[in-house]
Amino acid sequence: MRITVTVDGTTYTDEVEPRLLLVHYLRDRLGKVGTVIGCDTGNCGACTVHLNGHSVKSCSVLAVQADGGDVLTVEGLSRNGTLHPVQQAFRDNHALQCGYCTPGMIMQTLDLLAEEPDPDERTVRLGLEGNLCRCTGYQNIVSAVQDAAQRLRGGSTTEAPTADAPKTDTAQGGVR
Amino acid sequence: MTATAEPEIGKARKRKEDEHLVTGRTRWTDNLVLPGMQHLAILRSPFAHARITGVDASAAREMPGVVAVLTGADLAGEQGSLPCAWPITPDMKSPPAPSLAVDGVNFAGEAVAVVVARSAYEAHDALEVIDVEYDELPVVLDLAGAAADGADLVHPDLGTNVSATWTFDSAEAGTGGDVEQAIRDAEVLVERTFRQQRLIPAFMEPRSVVVDPTGAQITMWSATQIPHILRLMLAMTLDIPEHKLRVVAPDVGGGFGGKLQVTPEEVIALLVARRLGKPVKYTESRSESMVAAHHGRDQIQKLTLAARRDGTVTGMKVELLADMGAYLRLVTSGVPILGAFMFNGIYKFPAYHFTCTNVFTNKVPTDAYRGAGRPEATFAIERMMDELATELSMDPLELRAKNWITHEEFPFDTVAGLTYDSGNYEAATAHARELFDYDGLRREQAERRERKDPVQLGIGVSTFTEMCGLAPSRTLGALAYGAGGWEHAAIRMLPTGKVEVVTGSSAHGQGHETAWSQVVADQLGVPFEDVEVLHGDTQTSPRGMDTYGSRSLAVGAIAVVKAAEKVIAKARPIAAHLMECAEDDLEFTEGRFRVKGTEKAVGIADVALAVFAAHDLPEGVEPNLDSEAAYDPENFSFPHGTHLCAVEVDTETGKVGIRSYVCVDDIGHVVNPLIVEGQVHGGLAQGIAQALYEEAVYDESGTLLSGSFAEYHVPSAADLPTFTTGRTETPATGNPLGVKGVGEAGTIASTPAVVNAVLDAVRQFGVRDVEMPCTPMRVWSAIHTAQGGAR
Repeated sequence: MRITVTVDGTTYTDEVEPRLLLVHYLRDRLGKVGTVIGCDTGNCGACTVHLNGHSVKSCSVLAVQADGGDVLTVEGLSRNGTLHPVQQAFRDNHALQCGYCTPGMIMQTLDLLAEEPDPDERTVRLGLEGNLCRCTGYQNIVSAVQDAAQRLRGGSTTEAPTADAPKTDTAQGGVR
Repeated sequence: MTATAEPEIGKARKRKEDEHLVTGRTRWTDNLVLPGMQHLAILRSPFAHARITGVDASAAREMPGVVAVLTGADLAGEQGSLPCAWPITPDMKSPPAPSLAVDGVNFAGEAVAVVVARSAYEAHDALEVIDVEYDELPVVLDLAGAAADGADLVHPDLGTNVSATWTFDSAEAGTGGDVEQAIRDAEVLVERTFRQQRLIPAFMEPRSVVVDPTGAQITMWSATQIPHILRLMLAMTLDIPEHKLRVVAPDVGGGFGGKLQVTPEEVIALLVARRLGKPVKYTESRSESMVAAHHGRDQIQKLTLAARRDGTVTGMKVELLADMGAYLRLVTSGVPILGAFMFNGIYKFPAYHFTCTNVFTNKVPTDAYRGAGRPEATFAIERMMDELATELSMDPLELRAKNWITHEEFPFDTVAGLTYDSGNYEAATAHARELFDYDGLRREQAERRERKDPVQLGIGVSTFTEMCGLAPSRTLGALAYGAGGWEHAAIRMLPTGKVEVVTGSSAHGQGHETAWSQVVADQLGVPFEDVEVLHGDTQTSPRGMDTYGSRSLAVGAIAVVKAAEKVIAKARPIAAHLMECAEDDLEFTEGRFRVKGTEKAVGIADVALAVFAAHDLPEGVEPNLDSEAAYDPENFSFPHGTHLCAVEVDTETGKVGIRSYVCVDDIGHVVNPLIVEGQVHGGLAQGIAQALYEEAVYDESGTLLSGSFAEYHVPSAADLPTFTTGRTETPATGNPLGVKGVGEAGTIASTPAVVNAVLDAVRQFGVRDVEMPCTPMRVWSAIHTAQGGAR
């Protein structure tokens, strides 16, 4: 089947098999290898991209379903060498270790913040429930999302407070 | 060590690694595309135990795009047997372990045939039409049953399911007394049997391997933790000259021990590429990973703790059954042995006996998973201490304080034969207690009990230590491990003053590039930004022992320090020559050789440039500052800490929620607090996951039921609390940086803290134990069974 898809601002027209997954189209046909695959059941969220403005798990979408659509991947976020505020917040808050889940986490964060620009901690945790990370224990991801929210609201353009001070002994209430 | 005005060590530097990771400019193995590359798909056995009586691949060979289909019979002459590097006893039984099954299969998921095709889709299509005839055999799944006389056999040729029995006895070893005597003399005996459920490492990046056989060397890119060990083992297993192999671990998406392996898939990819003369790629799906990559834990622990009525522990006896799965992989056999030295924890009881029986079953092989042996041991002793406290109606922290090694007693020779160099359990516990509001939570707990609140509060304690920084080579040799535990580093001084650091410790998310840059910046007095850390490629980093066992900083970074010292030593005579002074008149500080008592100085970069030009060097001095060093630690490092967990248990539903989690870890000096914090968080998450969420479950036919992330419950952000972390800093005495490992501490410590908390909440109902993971169903059932409820 012939599809036309705009990905990170560039429009592509390709012949694809009807069964081709969007994630494979992005990675194998367009070389958009910033988007990765972590599972085959839609549980881990590593492959999350935006399709027409909303996050989707690109392992659970066929390329043909994206025909005529607009796809945004992690590779389309930074402009002119400047990190997107969410990318910057992830870096500043040490919200990644191996980095494999990170593209999906960042794309899901954008979706979450579009719906809720000032989420509390529980909202962040629930909003990222479909994205698994095995390295970080999520705590710094939650901090990064809230930091990114503040940056996107125009609250602070300064670097995160974690830059030079250890975050130890910052007792915080438990979450249920 | 040289001093700089503001040391890099200790700074919360943001990671150098992150900029490419957050933008998607990554080098995962699966990203690689090579000219002419073919794709592999692997057919896996649906049966746990069967003879293969026939394979018909003729239809598959006719499928579009299919280049070849190979079976075990095709590779039998060259595939050798996958290596086990740890013959724990001289008579250990280890069956041949083909990468591609030849005559039979011994676990569901074992590779049976491989399709080579133009695309991955076409390769998978062809799997569907390969016809394998299996003759099913009795399936051996139950660990205790497998070890019993008369059991069906996984490997009939071995005549038994027992691979080996390994024993340590303090009386025999001369490290303590006779445990049987301690048991006879005990005023209190606590006997328990705990189950360490089977876990799946579940690194986020599925395993992937690309092999390029064109060119003088065969090059393998693999999502591995161990490029160096992999190269050596592939060379030995496949009889390929080692210098004809190059192994690259590019960006690797987590490992947790799960990528500490020489895998069937790597062997298959290499052999197929060599046969075809074309590059090949194999990337597993998650569903394949669950049944093909090794699992972790899976032990039954029978424990006997002897004590006096005043709470003094007098001895401990440990009898383990450890599930090997179907084969011995790289360090399968040794994982339980790594725990043998840790069952005494932080305590100084005088008698100890450990026996472990390693047993084959028709399941995925087990091997290293974060902590490897030490979480099991720590769980056992910390659960037992809580049980003893209950038996004696003592506060669990008070009981621990009565038995632990006091700060003044270090260095301390333990009953298990180790020497703990340092520690301050009092300080860590006092700090944790304060952060946790221990007394306040105990009061709330009493109130909830009093008013019979349906949601009960439980408080769990884990005061742990672990041996990490694997490892002194001599110790590994004494344990019959097949290699040493040193690490290698090299430093190259470039003419512009920039520095390349080559480390044999291959990172996969830990942040070595940042941390090693900080270490080298201090050592050489160069800017953090001027240091580039190279790793994970046997061509640039020819020697190394790789990353596992929380060894990178405590071993690998020390090798970097040693190499830096050599650079400075080589630069010194040249600096003296440049300034026309005696070497003894020079002091090296902040990156400059200064003539003592003067302002006259040259920087290390000036020396590097002078060496490059080589126009005016002292007589007989080579024009080269580059240096390398290998460092073999004299001892393990022993991080310790106190973890306190409060859980709320809904007695009506069995649901456990973590109310608060406080940990105070002592990992000695800290190079980068951000990285340390991250390691602790991630470690806690995995330990809590064992306590509450994760379990690899097999049905009676040997099929893995938890075979995807839909069934295997890796916790999400919504499942975990915010942790409160603190630190005390008691430097390790065994290395010049005073550092200890931190990679496994959180995982080792947290599991017993959580389970102890669950038990503390429900023991009042008569519950003696809740098996892990403590799911709502298990907790609810335990409460109702204990209360005599027929449910």
